[in-house]
Amino acid sequence: MLEPALDFLSWALILTGGVFGVIGGIGIVRLPTFFTRIHAAGMAETMCAPPILLGMMLQSGWSLVTFKLVVILVFLFLTSPTASHALAKAALHGGVSPHDEDVGRS
Amino acid sequence: MVRYFSLALVLLAVWLLLSGHYDPLLISLGVASVILTTWIAARLKIVDIEGHPIHIALRTIRYFPWLFWEIVKSNVDVARRVLSPSLPVSPRVFTVQSSQRTAVGRTIYANSITLTPGTVTIDVRGSELDVHSLTSESAAEIQSGRMDARVTIFEGAD
Repeated sequence: MLEPALDFLSWALILTGGVFGVIGGIGIVRLPTFFTRIHAAGMAETMCAPPILLGMMLQSGWSLVTFKLVVILVFLFLTSPTASHALAKAALHGGVSPHDEDVGRS
Repeated sequence: MVRYFSLALVLLAVWLLLSGHYDPLLISLGVASVILTTWIAARLKIVDIEGHPIHIALRTIRYFPWLFWEIVKSNVDVARRVLSPSLPVSPRVFTVQSSQRTAVGRTIYANSITLTPGTVTIDVRGSELDVHSLTSESAAEIQSGRMDARVTIFEGAD
C-alpha cells in the first residue's frame, strides 16, 4: 500500500519540478527586461530543482543517497540567492538601470 | 569552545555520511581530516557567530517551513503571471529598512527576499536594502514587514 503511494508522490514532485522548470524557461523568454527575467530564473531554482530532488529522495528511501540529495538541496538554497544577487548587482554596476524599461528588451 | 566541538561534529557527520565506509582506517583518516580542518578554521578565526551560527540552529525549525511555504505561494503567483497572455507585471525598485542587528540576520533577510520569486535584493547599504520586485503585490508584501519581523525573531536576541 505504502509503496505505490510513495511512487505516486515522487512522480507528482518530479512532474511539478519539470513543469516549473518549463514555466521558468517561458518566463525568461516572455518577460521584457533583464531584471524581470531574474525573477523567472529564481522561479526555476526554487520550484524546479528542489521538488525534483525531493521526488528522488522518495525513490531512494532511507539511504546515503538521500543524505547526498539533502546536501545538494542545502547547497542550492544557500548558493542560488547569492547567484541571483550577484547577477543583479553585476548588471547594476554594468550600467543596466532597473528603472529603464527598454533596457534588455528583446 | 562549543562552536569548535559543534563544527567538528558536523564535519565528522558529513565525512561519515558522504563516504559510507565505516572501517577503522577510513574513520581514523576522517577524524584526522576533521581535526586538521577545525584547526585551520580556528587559525583563520572564522569559527564565530558568522562562520558557524549555531545560535540560530533550533529556530530554523520555525523559520524554514514558513519560508518554504512563502516560496511556494509566490512561485505559483509568478508562474500564473508568466503564463497569462496579458503578462500582468509591474516591475519596480524600492528601498526597505531591515530591523536585524547583526550581519547574519541581514544576510538571511536579503537571501530570503531573493529566494522568494518576484523579489530580488539588488543592493545592501547598511540596514537599507534595495529590492527589485516583479509586481506591486510582491513589493507590498515585502513592505508590510512580515518577513522582516520573522527574520528578526529568527536572528534572536543574543
